[in-house]
Amino acid sequence: MTIRVPIVENILNANDHLAVENRSRLESAGVYSINIMASPGAGKTSLIEQTLPRLKDKLRVAVVDGDIATSIDADRAAKAGAQAAIQINTGGDCHLDAVMLRGALEQLDLTQFDLLIVENVGNLVCPASFKLGTHKSILIASIPEGDDKPYKYPGMYRGVDALVINKIDLLPYVSFKMDYFERGVEVLNPGVVTFPLSAKTGEGMDAWTDWLVEQVKCKR
Amino acid sequence: MHELAVTQSILDISLRHAQKAGAKKITGINLVIGEFASIVDDSVQFYWELYAQGTIAQNAQLHFERIAGEMTCTNCKLSFHPKDTDFSCPDCKSEFVQITKGDEFRVDSIDVE
Repeated sequence: MTIRVPIVENILNANDHLAVENRSRLESAGVYSINIMASPGAGKTSLIEQTLPRLKDKLRVAVVDGDIATSIDADRAAKAGAQAAIQINTGGDCHLDAVMLRGALEQLDLTQFDLLIVENVGNLVCPASFKLGTHKSILIASIPEGDDKPYKYPGMYRGVDALVINKIDLLPYVSFKMDYFERGVEVLNPGVVTFPLSAKTGEGMDAWTDWLVEQVKCKR
Repeated sequence: MHELAVTQSILDISLRHAQKAGAKKITGINLVIGEFASIVDDSVQFYWELYAQGTIAQNAQLHFERIAGEMTCTNCKLSFHPKDTDFSCPDCKSEFVQITKGDEFRVDSIDVE
């Protein structure tokens, strides 16, 4: 005889549980953490490179970099002044998950840091579904990607706490309708805090880093 | 998107609940997947046949209940299915809308013997 057993359990429950564990590990060490997500080439590593020198003498920062292969990004973060930089190679996985971040946290003496920056794998779909346990999720959109991305990747735009719009120095050269882009963002994520900037020229960088420092201070 | 991890999760959840219920066999797994959850049924089915082998769920049928995406206008309260990149309300044209259905992503129940 067949019996129906009701379950109603979220499919990514196991990951969510681990994310909660990661969060409490970070909290008990007094570390504030952000998860930076974006498509490949949007400027995740460049933003981190430009952010680190501006946080010097203010915050002790560790960076965890996720990529399918190579340690190029962690090397760049270390060179830019991260007190620790750990590379996670996902070996083909298109996103970081809570298990991978746990592995990286185990390699760090968390009491030595104020801020942990996690750079997710370049991808606008999968990272949105896997919570890591970080305090805030940040999305970087970049001008050359085009103004239709909120409409095409709603899952990513909906879940984030702050939006960086990178490469604004390229606005004169590409057709990017800011009001069309912003309308899509507003529907998906009403009132999300936004930082238009250029990691290349430095324009807008201070507003972003001031906000970040403020977030860490508020948490304390 | 990441059907491999998802399939593993579905199997773990199903086996855990089947064990609790003292089941000998899982014959069906009922999934509820919203339109915005971007899961490809065929891929899950493909991985399932590999993963579930040798478990009490190996002959289980996967049933996918699809929930269509829905947005609701915060102005006139109309609920509608969004068309491509047009998120505005088809009636009053307001751009203040909220996603009200389509996020579902869960194992609803299992059928066991």
